[in-house]
Amino acid sequence: MAETAVTSEVKQDTTTPAEHELFVNMGPQHPSTHGVLRLLLRVDGERVLSLKPDIGYLHRCFEKIAERRSVQMVIPYCDRTDYLAAITSEWAYVMAAEKLMGVEVPERAEYIRVIVGEMQRIASHLLWFGTFALDLGAVTAFLYAFRERESLFDIFQKLTGARMLYNYLRVGGVRNDLYEGFEEDILRFLDLLEERLIEYNKLLTGNRIFESRTKGVGVITKEQAIAYGASGPVLRGCGVPQDLRKTDPYSVYDRFEFNIPVGEHGDVYSRYVVRMHEFYESIRIIRQAIKTIPGGPWLGDVPRRMKLVGDVYTRVESPRGEVGVYLVGDGSDQPYRCHYRSPCFVHLQLLEPMGVGHLIADMVAIIGSIDIVMGEVDR
Amino acid sequence: MSDWLWGLFQSWGWSESAFNVVMGVIKGLLVTTFLAVNALVLVLMERKVSGRIQRRPGPLRTGPRGLLQTFADAIKLLSKEDIVPSGADVAVFVLAPMVFFAAATALWIVIPFGPQTIVQDLNIGLIYISAVTGLSVLAILMAGWSSNNKWSLLGAMRSAAQLVSYEIPLVLSIVAIGMMAGSLRLSDIVAAQQGGITNWFIFPQILGFLVFFTAGLAEINRAPFDLPEAESELVAGYNTEYSGMRWAIFFLAEYANLVAFSALAATFFFGGPTGPIFPPIVWFLIKTYFFIFVAMWIRWTLPRIRVDHLMNLGWYVLIPLALINLGWTGLYVVLRG
Repeated sequence: MAETAVTSEVKQDTTTPAEHELFVNMGPQHPSTHGVLRLLLRVDGERVLSLKPDIGYLHRCFEKIAERRSVQMVIPYCDRTDYLAAITSEWAYVMAAEKLMGVEVPERAEYIRVIVGEMQRIASHLLWFGTFALDLGAVTAFLYAFRERESLFDIFQKLTGARMLYNYLRVGGVRNDLYEGFEEDILRFLDLLEERLIEYNKLLTGNRIFESRTKGVGVITKEQAIAYGASGPVLRGCGVPQDLRKTDPYSVYDRFEFNIPVGEHGDVYSRYVVRMHEFYESIRIIRQAIKTIPGGPWLGDVPRRMKLVGDVYTRVESPRGEVGVYLVGDGSDQPYRCHYRSPCFVHLQLLEPMGVGHLIADMVAIIGSIDIVMGEVDR
Repeated sequence: MSDWLWGLFQSWGWSESAFNVVMGVIKGLLVTTFLAVNALVLVLMERKVSGRIQRRPGPLRTGPRGLLQTFADAIKLLSKEDIVPSGADVAVFVLAPMVFFAAATALWIVIPFGPQTIVQDLNIGLIYISAVTGLSVLAILMAGWSSNNKWSLLGAMRSAAQLVSYEIPLVLSIVAIGMMAGSLRLSDIVAAQQGGITNWFIFPQILGFLVFFTAGLAEINRAPFDLPEAESELVAGYNTEYSGMRWAIFFLAEYANLVAFSALAATFFFGGPTGPIFPPIVWFLIKTYFFIFVAMWIRWTLPRIRVDHLMNLGWYVLIPLALINLGWTGLYVVLRG
């Protein structure tokens, strides 16, 4: 019903289009809408006059399901919200549950979370780099990024048993300890990645065509980004040094040294540069964490009978921005209410100020630059 | 061979017009076969080259080292259902791939495979080439318009816009070649470059070559100028609604265009089929395939250029460069005496 409502609304908008105007449906089946995003575009030639994102094609009732499962059973569902950054979605949820239950997380577990969280950021950014390049027509960069992503997934698989949807974090810690030889594996990968990042930059960053496609495209101002509630690289691309790992440190992030890369112009290129720099910051964090990781248990003392009392909002910095979970407990082991704050949902609304007045080709670049995951938007 | 056949026909008592018809059919078949064989090779080559560039092996399973991949592709495409979308302008929809293919094949009439091996050595060869290359845009417009699909239409419009900004520098760079050779006939152009590398037109015409190569890539819709089909933007552009064999004909014709463009680059600037030791056809193929490889290399390396930047490049950069080149060529020809 919702969908027909949207359609008819937009159709009313186009009942009196000028003769040279065209109404185009971009998606939900389109190579560059990253899943099932549907954009309703009114175009003059190729210039976008108005646009309206239409969502809901991947809605799976995550929040409702969470109300009918015990706390631990919800974690696999968290994986499936932001399926490209499963760890960070789990993390926000697990942190909320821990706060409601008053569970202490052992230090080693926090370090492991930081390590896998940053690995996840690298994996997610690798996919973003590849698909973004693909959106701009650079097919080779896509396969380069996937090659590195696969070798990172090999490490994930050895550690958690899964390649994308890990179900690895637990209330009170993580499911299992780092395996023997994890250190060598990850350090070898980081060395490799640093080498390959040079390759990526050679292939794309300085390319004249690439720069002309991204600079000055999809610009939003600092004020706009803040007003819309943007977060993550989209906000940092406008020059706001807002990163929850620094501004509202959770877990053990306050023990590591890293920078918050910011862009200058708030355009597609700035967001690209921010993410490219974040690779290096993640590498730095993982190296520090590996060096200083303490011993001890990886799963804290969790009461057998779980009781959620009160309400709490926790947030983590996912590769896409601020992922938050609002959890309400009524004394049982099932959340009374669970709300998941999705950064991409917020960023989708920025598509209009970003995209209007640009060409269809730019729309593709803009969608790529906000790194959208529809599973997270629809939940 | 032609003389020998003519003797044979005379001994049979056939008239000259009958002989011309038979020769025309034979030459047409030869060219079509050449194109078909080339397409077979090129589909595999594109996959292998892109595979190498992307650090993957490419097709391996079909036949030894994946050599039969193209045949598998062709069989798949042939066995697909022939779909004409509802609301399409059927006659135009069906005709468009044929026009596209005809335009691609027609170009081959004037391309010299050897010093004397030309289907028809037209005395207006260069004009003919610039006329025929424009035809493919007509086919793309037909396909885009008749498909009853907005993405197709957008692709077709891009193609038309691309034509007006690229045809002019392309023709201007070809005109300079005509001035260099003093003739519009392609065999004369080849003859003018005979006698070693120093006689190749590339040296006085380096600027012209750059303009020709860039504009040519745009002309044949090769990446980074593959705007009319731009997969990530326009789904598949003008051929969104085409499938099965109709799509394959578009595909085939695009490869034929690629070979033609590479052959023209070799002919205009690199002496065409001339060269030592090997027979002319071998030199022709070596040079042609070198440019095909370069085109593939470019395609798999660069991102796609945006449609308005393309216009700017055409009008503000390539046309002035082509004009400068034209002036320089005039000066060169006069000074050379």
